[in-house]
Amino acid sequence: MHKYIYAALPLVIALAIISLLVGNHSLQFNAESWDILMISRIPRTLALILAGVSLSVAGVIMQQLARNKFVEPSTTGTVESATFGMLMMLIFFPEASVFYKLLVACISSVIGTALFLLILRKVPLRSGYVVPLIGIMYAGVIGAIITFVAYRAELLQSIWVWVQGDFSMILRGRYELLWLAGGLSLIAYFTADKLTLAGLGKQVSINLGLNYTLVFVWGLVVVSLITGVTVVNSGVIPFLGLVVPNIISLLVGDNLRRSLPLIAISGAGLVLLCDILARVINYPYEIPIATVMGIIGSVIFLYLLLREDSHAN
Amino acid sequence: MIQTHQLCLNYGSSQILKDINLTFKESGVTSIIGPNGAGKSSLLSLVCRLQKPSSGSVTLHGSNILQLDNAKLAKQLAILRQENHIVSRLTVEDLVCFGRFPYHQGRPSAADFEQINWAIELMELEEFKQRYINELSGGQRQRAYIAMVLAQQTDYLFLDEPLNNLDMKHSVNIMKTLRKAASEMKKSVILVMHDINFAASYSDEIIAMKHGEIIHQDTPENIMTNEVLSNIYDMPLKVEQIHGKSVCLYYL
Amino acid sequence: MQTNRLLLTPKMRLLIAAALALLTITLFMSFNVKASWEFTLMFRGKKLLTFLIVAFCISTATLLFQSMSNNRIITPAIMGFDALYMLIQTSLVFTLGAIQYAALNNYFKWAIEISILVVASSFLFQWLFIKKQFNLYLLILIGVVFGVLFRSFSSLMMRMIDPTEFGVLQDSLFASFNAADSYLLTISGVVVCLISGFIFRYHHQFDVMALGKPIATNLGINHADLTRASIVIITVLIGLSTSLVGPVTFFGLLVVNVAYIVCGTHLHRYLIPMSILTAIICLVGSDVLLQHVLHYNTKLSIIIEFIGGVFFLGLILRKKI
Repeated sequence: MHKYIYAALPLVIALAIISLLVGNHSLQFNAESWDILMISRIPRTLALILAGVSLSVAGVIMQQLARNKFVEPSTTGTVESATFGMLMMLIFFPEASVFYKLLVACISSVIGTALFLLILRKVPLRSGYVVPLIGIMYAGVIGAIITFVAYRAELLQSIWVWVQGDFSMILRGRYELLWLAGGLSLIAYFTADKLTLAGLGKQVSINLGLNYTLVFVWGLVVVSLITGVTVVNSGVIPFLGLVVPNIISLLVGDNLRRSLPLIAISGAGLVLLCDILARVINYPYEIPIATVMGIIGSVIFLYLLLREDSHAN
Repeated sequence: MIQTHQLCLNYGSSQILKDINLTFKESGVTSIIGPNGAGKSSLLSLVCRLQKPSSGSVTLHGSNILQLDNAKLAKQLAILRQENHIVSRLTVEDLVCFGRFPYHQGRPSAADFEQINWAIELMELEEFKQRYINELSGGQRQRAYIAMVLAQQTDYLFLDEPLNNLDMKHSVNIMKTLRKAASEMKKSVILVMHDINFAASYSDEIIAMKHGEIIHQDTPENIMTNEVLSNIYDMPLKVEQIHGKSVCLYYL
Repeated sequence: MQTNRLLLTPKMRLLIAAALALLTITLFMSFNVKASWEFTLMFRGKKLLTFLIVAFCISTATLLFQSMSNNRIITPAIMGFDALYMLIQTSLVFTLGAIQYAALNNYFKWAIEISILVVASSFLFQWLFIKKQFNLYLLILIGVVFGVLFRSFSSLMMRMIDPTEFGVLQDSLFASFNAADSYLLTISGVVVCLISGFIFRYHHQFDVMALGKPIATNLGINHADLTRASIVIITVLIGLSTSLVGPVTFFGLLVVNVAYIVCGTHLHRYLIPMSILTAIICLVGSDVLLQHVLHYNTKLSIIIEFIGGVFFLGLILRKKI
């Protein structure tokens, strides 16, 4: 495991430095450059790292809870539920502070995710592919409700733009909530063993004396809070929580105590890379990072699906 | 001592278990036999608090297991179920290490690793220690699961058809290991068995189930008779004496 | 089922459905007319024509697709067909430039788009349906992810197109009969006639194909060829419907499954007209209901998306596939 971390860490640091240097304004040693660095560039890079770390961690925890490798917050209705909460706040309490918007988004995503996991209980383990399929359709149904409500309230444009991951508006003072998501990821690391154990199933967990329900609820809360924070703050990066844990799982397995640090670092790296691409592909214009990640993520997802299938045969 | 009191389990209108009153001794090997659908696996799940009974209770040394602290209980009884659907990519060592979870809560000590290595050696899995369980054959994976519950070092060990997927050599090896654990380490091993000859050769006691009820609880010698076996399995069975042991050649 | 069959033959059921469809169409044309008759006929007539063609395209394409892949849950839209069409349009604008693109002859443009779509989808879906034998759920999942990939690519290219040129693209992406796109009318006429003819000629083969590859092959059907032909037909139909009203994910799934239930037979001779009639009744009827009765200002597609999503979930969860 250590060799992978030693390989990944310098790479991620290099990406972070590149991320600081890319932009319309070329940095020099003067006060103006310093301001740009402090107000815009550093916050943006930090926000990217925090979002990358926490969304990857949320993805892998979701996979333990659903006991399925192909789920993550954006394929389980978690993102859509948080968005729904946001939308309700925008309609009924547009003046509410960010904190209350966040609170409602988190509560609503806890409810939405719990409902998804309840639906899963009704499904026998016929095939591992049914679970993500149900999740995507479930997310689609909530998405349709959001579109319906937003259309009537004439918020259709703004709500989807808000949710789509975009870091071009990140400035000092407008990203700090993401530290909360980063902190949650760190706390999650200290419960890595229990989360891995919960991933082995309820009966194995009970046999080994784990308070399964407690760990389950804890995982649910972490995933929902991280998703809520990113939805409210920077928007969500699709497939990130799916592809990063799966690739790391191929390298070092699923014992989270071992793999979680690597998942976190790689998540940050991938997000930094996508953001750099998003900024240089159509320079000087920016492309939303969600679009770039949509392409990279779906290609890797397809690869994982086909790989799994050829192994199964 | 584990006891069940008027234990019942219903799914809707169908009765899976009816008024089970049993006592599992503190040491020795007990085999539970019976035709498919007799309720053997359900009984194990109830006794090991994986499932809640419809009525009745299970007690360990007199106290209801549902009221005992689950974390402490995990040091006293362990269960391996028939179906273990694990999707996580864990190495054999990781898996067996989780068997020690009740003791180390995620921080395995040197003493824990001693137990882990002991269990891995016992199941002859040294060469597969760093292999992922989803890349093993069915029999190797089954041995890894058994190593996991062995490492748990509990007084009571419940195994649901432990010989699933195993070849002859490893089946015999595991039965001998369990026999030794019961005789030398004074553990109580409770097995759901399909092969009555294996059950008869290695058990101190056999419990026969049919239609959700206990129909016999006796020594192997008393169970291995033509009448009793034919009654349990609803087919004519004949017991022969080979090398002084009772054997039922049911496949003929 | 047996008693039902005695009560009403499939032919009678079709007649009833046709009568219902006529009724909704009459309602649609005559309900609450305020402007002059001439204007209303023109305006509503064009809209009605769009509905009819879309109903034909989506229901036929979905039905053939399900017969081809031998199940009742996947549809071309779920497998990303219309996302692929949008991607091809976007990449044409992207490579040619908007001015060039707009200057192209309409028929020529449509022909190019559809031929690229046919070639691309033939490759993709031959691989999915003929070369590989995927588990059904995996197949759907792969289709869904491909859809995401195509959509992401489209939106990437849209972002890279100059904003002024983007307007050109948006016009062509959401063409309709309301605009002066009479060329689409001609194309639609030709497509509908050709495909109807083909299906009329071969409908028995589709009945056998729906039994699955092993049985169809055993009964002397060249399954691979028929699958290829079906993919081409489906692609053209989806291309047409997408160029008329944009992507509609779940409509086909809903309509065809209702048709299966209502029709009481597995014969394509009845199934195809029944699903087209069902689609017409749904589209036209709900438009009347939404616009004139409920005075509800919302998009039909949003409601279809919602009901269709729930229906799809129900299909998976109830294992009735």
